[in-house]
Amino acid sequence: MTPPTLNPLLWLIPIFPLAGAAINGFFGRQSSKKAITTIALTFCGAAFVLAAWIALGFRSEAAPYSFPLAHWLRSGSFSVDFDFYLDQLSLVMMLVVTGVGFLIHIYSVGYMWDDDGYYRFMAYLNLFMFFMLTLVLAKNYLMMFIGWEGVGLASYLLIGFWFTKDSAASAGKKAFIVNRIGDFGFLIALFLLIQRYGTLDFPTLLAKIQPIAPETAGAGILTAIGLLLMVGACGKSAQIPLYVWLPDAMEGPTPVSALIHAATMVTAGVYMVARSHMIFERAPSALTVVAIIGTLTALFAATIGIAQTDIKKVLAYSTVSQLGYMFMACGVGAFSAGIFHLMTHAFFKGLLFLAAGSVIHGIGGEQDMRKMGGLRLYMPWTFSVMGIATLAIAGIPPLAGFWSKDEILAKAFESNPAYWLIGVITAFITSFYMFRLMYMTFGGEYRGAPAHDPHGHKHDSHGHGNGHGHGEPHESPWVMLGPLVVLAILSLFGGFVGIGNHFEHFLDPVFKAGQPALQEPVREAGGKALEYILMAISVSVAALGWLLAHLLYSSRPQLPGRIAERLGGLYKAVVNKYYVDELYAVLFVKPLIDGSTTVLWHGIDQGAIDATVNEAGDTARHVSDNLRHMQSGNLRSYAGWVAAGGAIVIAYMIWMGIR
Amino acid sequence: METIPLSYYLVLSGILFVCGVLGFLIKRNIITIFMSIELMLNGVNLSFVAFAAQWHSLSGQIFVFFVMVVAAAEAAVGLAIIIAVYRTRETLNVDQVNLLKL
Repeated sequence: MTPPTLNPLLWLIPIFPLAGAAINGFFGRQSSKKAITTIALTFCGAAFVLAAWIALGFRSEAAPYSFPLAHWLRSGSFSVDFDFYLDQLSLVMMLVVTGVGFLIHIYSVGYMWDDDGYYRFMAYLNLFMFFMLTLVLAKNYLMMFIGWEGVGLASYLLIGFWFTKDSAASAGKKAFIVNRIGDFGFLIALFLLIQRYGTLDFPTLLAKIQPIAPETAGAGILTAIGLLLMVGACGKSAQIPLYVWLPDAMEGPTPVSALIHAATMVTAGVYMVARSHMIFERAPSALTVVAIIGTLTALFAATIGIAQTDIKKVLAYSTVSQLGYMFMACGVGAFSAGIFHLMTHAFFKGLLFLAAGSVIHGIGGEQDMRKMGGLRLYMPWTFSVMGIATLAIAGIPPLAGFWSKDEILAKAFESNPAYWLIGVITAFITSFYMFRLMYMTFGGEYRGAPAHDPHGHKHDSHGHGNGHGHGEPHESPWVMLGPLVVLAILSLFGGFVGIGNHFEHFLDPVFKAGQPALQEPVREAGGKALEYILMAISVSVAALGWLLAHLLYSSRPQLPGRIAERLGGLYKAVVNKYYVDELYAVLFVKPLIDGSTTVLWHGIDQGAIDATVNEAGDTARHVSDNLRHMQSGNLRSYAGWVAAGGAIVIAYMIWMGIR
Repeated sequence: METIPLSYYLVLSGILFVCGVLGFLIKRNIITIFMSIELMLNGVNLSFVAFAAQWHSLSGQIFVFFVMVVAAAEAAVGLAIIIAVYRTRETLNVDQVNLLKL
């Protein structure tokens, strides 16, 4: 299985960022910023270079590669090893993670330079890279779970990076706790797998599941496992009903939003579902649930995105919505389309966030789009790259987003036109809110205060310690623009790998292996014409969204307010994110807090446990209070006690003897 | 010849022992306490010899000899200590000789 040409250094890819994190985390406080930068970028870059090198040596015929490192657990016939695994799927993920991750590392140097916690930030970023690479390179579910939990930790640390700010600290906690719910499902799924199949290795599991046909008795447990895995994916990838943490996660620094909460970590759920394709393919009902959740999330989050005024919140809901697309793709069995969209999304959404960070940086920490406008004149580079990303996400050909989204919509149409219809509506809304964002940010006149104090960094206060006032919005330094340009190029041309189903065929060895024979390609014939019609529809709705945004936010800027007024309650509901947070607060948070307070705290802890312990102590004290008079210190009283004791014993013996 | 029943001896032995205990507990004079101890020992001795005579066994009588030897040694040492105490403290009241008490 392991050919000699293979590069045995794969295990170094995750280890490099770990070393960087360790060095910066332990010694960063004393080091100069230059040294921190060098270490963070070197180790992350080394991982990228190594990943690229290994990718060059990758031979599809020889895949999957396996890299056993060490034994981990042995228990009877069950064993789990430290084992890396490289097939087409993990290769794509590895390249996306190291590539986009490295670019964002570079960007962070510029963005976070003036922050006091610079070394901490770089160490966390490197730590995140380690866990994310462990996640995608794992050969079994348990190692994946290490990475899964690890990225959750890194995400928590980075959301709460400005932990002195209350909202950031609680956003971090929220993300962590909501993710726990998902992880719980994931963990139970793993237990079921161990109990049923006695292994967590992907290849072994594939071999064991392969003979099972869908809709048979053996598939019942697979449905349960699939649903539980989906719970895990919902948590990590912010799908209904666990999506609520992602918008709040925007409290973190913008590079974090780009890397963790757009490009890589949140797509881990999609990766996991794709990795578990053999389970889902044999559990059609679980797959249907995946598709429905994905479709609903895509639409739901997109509608919320329409009315947000915080530039990062718009992008956050857009991320949730795009993740919904990916799950929709997985749900209709088009895993490679989902992974394709994951990749292009990493490019253009990473770019959107970084560009938004550049905007925020350029106008001194303002995130409210109502106070932006006209920035195309002040920051032309940011404007053009963000324009490219917007065109890409809206699905305008020939940019990256068009190819992947179109593929998903085509596959959805094959499966069930209802998915397709909602997908198209979502595409329209996506296009609308993205161009709304562009018009509000870059179009028209600058609406920010022309000269305000240099410390007016309300939201994303990345601390311009150099004290220059933010009288004029300014373009970001090249260390930030460089990654933007690279990502813009990727967003422009990254979709071309999908032409002629190239990407899909590349991933075929992963997804077609062990596919049940039942599934046949539906409507292969007559597909071309239909494909073009679908393509034309999705492009025209994207254009329509653009047109509408242009109409509302460029030519008639007074219209949106009037429409909002007309809609009244509906508009209010959308602005307030359908009151989902409030609903959860009433349904789950409040009962939990009340229950914990009255039952667990006052009832059990204070009432039962504390009371028992205190009562025992009180009793002992009272008894000994009385008994201590026995110990007078008078020798003859002791003798008296001895005599009395002896007398009692004798009396007892006589009494018993008589009987 | 009519013999005295065993129980008489045992009752007398018990009375002697209890007298010794009471004297030990009640009295404050060291000499009296000392004498009470002797009384207890001899009460026990009496029951030993009574049993020995009853069961025609020598071991009880040998025990008594041992007890007497120990009592004699104790008397010698104890009286010497009492004299030493009286010389330093000029009292024989045990309640006033309580330096060992914490």
